[in-house]
Amino acid sequence: MPSLPPIRPEDEARAANLHEHGAFDPAGGAQGGALFEFLLRLGDDSLVLGQRLSEWTGHAPSVEVDLSLANIALDLIGQATFFLDYAGEVEGKERDGDRLAFHRDVLDFRNCLLVEQPNGDFARTMARQFLFSAWQHRLFAHLAASADARIAAIAAKAVKEVAYHQELAAEWVIRLGDGTDESRRRMQDGIDWMARFVPELFEADDLTLFLAEKGIGVDPNAFRADYEEQVAAVLREATLDPLPVQRPILGGRRGHHSEHLGHLLCTLQFLPRTYPEAVW
Amino acid sequence: MSAGDWPLWEVFVRSKGGLSHRHVGSVHAPDPEIALRHARDTYTRRMEGVSLWVVPSAQIVASDPADDASMFDPAADKVYRHPTFYTIPDDVKHI
Repeated sequence: MPSLPPIRPEDEARAANLHEHGAFDPAGGAQGGALFEFLLRLGDDSLVLGQRLSEWTGHAPSVEVDLSLANIALDLIGQATFFLDYAGEVEGKERDGDRLAFHRDVLDFRNCLLVEQPNGDFARTMARQFLFSAWQHRLFAHLAASADARIAAIAAKAVKEVAYHQELAAEWVIRLGDGTDESRRRMQDGIDWMARFVPELFEADDLTLFLAEKGIGVDPNAFRADYEEQVAAVLREATLDPLPVQRPILGGRRGHHSEHLGHLLCTLQFLPRTYPEAVW
Repeated sequence: MSAGDWPLWEVFVRSKGGLSHRHVGSVHAPDPEIALRHARDTYTRRMEGVSLWVVPSAQIVASDPADDASMFDPAADKVYRHPTFYTIPDDVKHI
């Protein structure tokens, strides 16, 4: 298991240097680098959340909910396969989606912090799902018109899947929030746990803005008001508190993750790392 | 929360346009909307259908197995009720 090394002054200097002349620099002909990073972000979001949801298999409140969660997990892992396979092609170092999923260390993952948060109880899982899927649905709706035909095709397929994830999660947020005293308390706890990771979803760093300008990506702030409106409406119907306004907690997109991701990767990566030649 | 607290719903799937809905099984769910979601996730995940019905199982009125003899046996020897004496054109499906 990789442990988090201390960040030394020379690392910071190197990071600053990368910012100027590395993957973000369009003049250096490094658009492949920016596209690769972007595809990792998209793929890792889906991969990590898919892995999280699959932890519920056999443990959900009912067999029907078990299937619902497994279906969503499979949709997400399917998306991850498309994005990471494409990332591998863009990178051109003969890494495919599996290689990127199973043989990268935690610092190289580019998912947002929200998706790596532990499942907690069913309410917390659904709170995370709603806050993420409502965002991902809008993202994919925009990416379906991406100037990159491959991204547009993946997003056009995935946007229908995510529309369902969002609807199902919203229904559970409303039912548990506007349910019994216990279910309301649990859903409020779930939203409270996850809410602090929402601002990161709207982080617009140089890479995001560069790709948005190229018409390949999108600045998520283009749909922030719409997102916040829907979240507020669902929380209101669920009789829950509105999302708090707070200072963004950032880092996932640059590989600075919470402690939870490493543990998740242990489970995800154990088999292919221990038996590299294993096949289905 | 457990599925034991949730009512049972019968699930009907229309496999494609033009065909009737067929009973495929049942799901537990707390209300009609979630019942539809559960039916979707349980019974249509392999492209089995284009339309779903869910019906509260408690609303189904069923015949009593004890009445089988009077209900069903009298039809057994009345083959003339079957439209088997006609030739059905090959192009007519689903009869």
